[in-house]
Amino acid sequence: MTSVFPVSLSFWETPRMLRFIITRLLLLPLLMLLFTVVVFALVQAPPGDFLTSYVAMLASSGSSMDAAQVEALKQQFGLDQPVHVRYLLWLGSIVRGDLGLSLEYQRPSSELIGERMLVTVLLALFAFAITWIVAIPAGIYAAMHKNTALDYIFAVLNYIGVATPNFMLALILMWVAFSNFGLMITGLFSPEYTQAPWSLGRFIDLLKHIWLPAIVLGVAGTARLTRIMRANLLDELNKPYVVTARAKGMPEWKLVTKYPVRLALSPIISTVGWYLPQLFSGSLIVATVMNLPNIGPLLLRSLIQQDMYLAGSILLIYCMLTIVGTLISDILLALFDPRIQMEGT
Amino acid sequence: MADEIHDADSLSSELSSKDEDRVSVASNWKLVWWRFRKNRLAVASAIVLLMFYAVVLVPDFFSNQDPEATDAFLAFIPVQGISFFDTTGFNPSVPDVVGKRNPVTLKMQWAPDETVRIPIGLFVRGYKYKVLSLFETDIHLIDAKDPKSKGRPHFLGTDRLGRDQWSRMMFGTRTSMTVGLVAVGLSMILGVFLGGISGYFGGWMDMVIQRVIELLQSLPTIPIWLMMTAALPQDWRPERVFLAITIILAFIGWTTLAREIRGRFLSLREEDFILAAELAGCSHLRIILRHMVPAFTSHIIAASTLAVPVMIISETSLSFLGLGIRPPAISWGVLLQEAQNIQTVALAPWLMFPGLVVIIAVLAFNLAGDGLRDAADPYGH
Amino acid sequence: MNTQNGPLLSVRDLKTYFMMDEGVVKAVDGVSFDVHAGQIFGIVGESGCGKSVTVKSILRIVEAPGKIVHGQILLRRSRQDGTSGEEELDLAGLDARGQEIRSIRGAQIALIPQEPMASFSPVHTIGNQIIEAIMLHQSIGRKAARNLACDMLKDVGVPMPERRLDEYSWQLSGGLRQRAIIAMALSCNPRLLIADEPTTAVDVTTQAQVLRLLRQLQRERNSAIIFITHDLGVIAQMASFVMVMYLGLVMEQGPVDDIFHAPKHPYTQALLRSIPSVSSQPRVSLPTISGSIPHPFNKPSGCPFHPRCIKRIPGKCDVRTPALQAVGEQQLVSCFLYHDAEVSA
Repeated sequence: MTSVFPVSLSFWETPRMLRFIITRLLLLPLLMLLFTVVVFALVQAPPGDFLTSYVAMLASSGSSMDAAQVEALKQQFGLDQPVHVRYLLWLGSIVRGDLGLSLEYQRPSSELIGERMLVTVLLALFAFAITWIVAIPAGIYAAMHKNTALDYIFAVLNYIGVATPNFMLALILMWVAFSNFGLMITGLFSPEYTQAPWSLGRFIDLLKHIWLPAIVLGVAGTARLTRIMRANLLDELNKPYVVTARAKGMPEWKLVTKYPVRLALSPIISTVGWYLPQLFSGSLIVATVMNLPNIGPLLLRSLIQQDMYLAGSILLIYCMLTIVGTLISDILLALFDPRIQMEGT
Repeated sequence: MADEIHDADSLSSELSSKDEDRVSVASNWKLVWWRFRKNRLAVASAIVLLMFYAVVLVPDFFSNQDPEATDAFLAFIPVQGISFFDTTGFNPSVPDVVGKRNPVTLKMQWAPDETVRIPIGLFVRGYKYKVLSLFETDIHLIDAKDPKSKGRPHFLGTDRLGRDQWSRMMFGTRTSMTVGLVAVGLSMILGVFLGGISGYFGGWMDMVIQRVIELLQSLPTIPIWLMMTAALPQDWRPERVFLAITIILAFIGWTTLAREIRGRFLSLREEDFILAAELAGCSHLRIILRHMVPAFTSHIIAASTLAVPVMIISETSLSFLGLGIRPPAISWGVLLQEAQNIQTVALAPWLMFPGLVVIIAVLAFNLAGDGLRDAADPYGH
Repeated sequence: MNTQNGPLLSVRDLKTYFMMDEGVVKAVDGVSFDVHAGQIFGIVGESGCGKSVTVKSILRIVEAPGKIVHGQILLRRSRQDGTSGEEELDLAGLDARGQEIRSIRGAQIALIPQEPMASFSPVHTIGNQIIEAIMLHQSIGRKAARNLACDMLKDVGVPMPERRLDEYSWQLSGGLRQRAIIAMALSCNPRLLIADEPTTAVDVTTQAQVLRLLRQLQRERNSAIIFITHDLGVIAQMASFVMVMYLGLVMEQGPVDDIFHAPKHPYTQALLRSIPSVSSQPRVSLPTISGSIPHPFNKPSGCPFHPRCIKRIPGKCDVRTPALQAVGEQQLVSCFLYHDAEVSA
């Protein structure tokens, strides 16, 4: 393993690397502050607020509230305050770690988010794993066996995979499963485990159901990654250092994995960090179609309903994940490719 | 000795082929076109795209019924297969449908009735419409031969409100393809302008614009869409919604193009021929327009072609969620809204057909865009 | 130079063709030469004449779609079956990815590549790559290999070798990089070194140093060197035997003195004439060879040089291809001006 990934640990001693990380970490709170403003503005932007959509919802289902009730609720939710006051109040509670109360569900946001966090993370991890385990070897194979039949088949699959919106894929798979096998593949749990508390049985049940949504989520990413890997590797395979390695007498597979694959992976490694925010946004539509209990539908609903605290909290978490993700990407890239050191000298 | 040297000269110049001369005087666009032509897959995709845009120009010609006519009685008619031959020879026709009420749900269930056939033909007369608001005609590409026949051909079935899917597909194509193109067009303008300033002038302007781009890119796209589309008043006319959606998509998408353009400007700025132009006394504007822009126009067009499918998928996803184009306007996403749950899909799988069209359109854009990009890259081979 | 025993390497009528979509490129079209132990053999020619492909064929690292379609490459080595004495091994008949040729690459025949910067992997340390070369062919431990690598760097004149082993190629200056790559090639003490334009990518001062180093190492280790260049001045300094190539064929071969002072082939004569000289007349155009190298798909019939040859015989040189024949004690030339032997089709 060390011959394939010689990670230079001496970098940790290099002041430059340390300074780089520390600067980014210091900037984190500043950026988050900026994001709170943006997120707040986004949540408040649509006209009206939670109450107006709540009242509208009541009206469409036949019941209604009189003006006094609405006014009382307004005061209770703090929706009668001017915008900047609401912002400061919200900011204050965020800093204290209080993510606020969901107006719609009348439960703490942290509770609602926490319930779904595990499923969200697991789903994303599975999709991520499937993507990388399939795409990297497929990309390597396609590059090494360029223009053979299998390369063309991969190319066709890749193009179709990239072209298919993931909710479409979900629909098609669900339809095929239903019409041919009579299976209803929605949700992530069998009926008996849906509301049950966590247990080993529930976990195993989850694993049994998670593979299909993970595949659906992973298809587009796999297709794209395979093509990128293939292109990067093809670029590297003709370079002089590969010829030199071969001339030294190295076996073909060993030299391919040690040298050009490593260099082809470099730019890809730097995109790993972006998967972190993908946990949330990537699965939104698929989760709605397939009825998956992760953060996606929660976010969607809270945004439409203008459930301020819940939506704001989820979005803030998302932004933080993005910043952390970018930082992780940069660190990984510097570790993986020592040439980054050269920049700035 | 000198004569002998000249002798060899004239002989070797005969050997340089005429083809080499042709290549050396061809303009850049010609070279790009020749390279593009060799890529048959890309050319085929380009033809497919042209067919799509033919539909965009005259959707009425391709459809055969009013796309908004609802008739709950005619709900969920399945696809009627076209058969080309019968006992009398070449006579394309479509079977009529016969329906019976489902005793449990009390809804009509339709099935093809092979005994009664509706003859269809090409370029037949149907309902009147205007071509590009210029002139009126009533010729349609494919429809029942007898405009007054009771049974109507539904080439892609009907949905739960009895609307003809084939016709709706044509109008949906017009909306979706146009949104994609216009959104990319707007993105390109924003991207060239801001990316160009960033890349050409550098310095603090570059820094500011770069930070703005980073900020925009780290914000989650879906919530931004939701915000902006939810902010659109419910009572706007579909056309205004359409315009707003396009602007929103462009607002989210310009950052990628801007970064690409900035990168091009940055690398071009260092080229010697730009230095030469500066030394010759060219103004900034002249350098940009006459020297730099032609160098990367083909790349930008390739990048834009590859950006259109992203816009199309974005619009389709948005409308699918009910947050983009709204009924009664028609787009592929709106059509797919009808196929949102497994129950409907199981009952009427033909409602998923717009998804197939999305895939084909996106595939075509990707293949053609890849072909363009390979053709435009002078160092490709 | 030891010519008593047979030649170390004997190339006999080697033909390496590239099967491309647009046609067949005959990069090497019938080349024969012998290299003796301890000899410096120079191959000279313009770009595209096939010198690189020839040596790549020897090492069997010609890239697809290139293939050796004819000929033998005989390497003389001690018997592998335990008995004493020597045998000849035809490298052209070996499997290009097989164990046999890999044991020869780097150990018996080593390559000094053209661009030292691009020939080292930028993400692995120099030490990592040199040690790898050592451990591929010698069964010694990692620590011993590292010591050996350090000694090698010392031998080639790299100061502070211990420290350099842990540095990357882009951290070294051009001259040091060149030395490091020579160290890597020599690490297993090969009997034959192939230097592919080692001075093309460096400045004149470094060039002098490199040439001096190569001569010194060659004396110390008695290894043969095949030296490829397009620079006639370098050949005159280094080689004892020279081969002039053009369009995949050998034009002339012989001891360096014969080639430089009594060139027979019109091409060699034209090359020598075109060298700018301090003693040439002022204000006179530099003599050049008229015409240009034909397109590889458009090779002339008969003698490849005839379109540009001032001494061509119409009716003969444009129809039949001359074979390589002896015209002196050790000088061979392929030109109808000296003999009538032609290449059989």
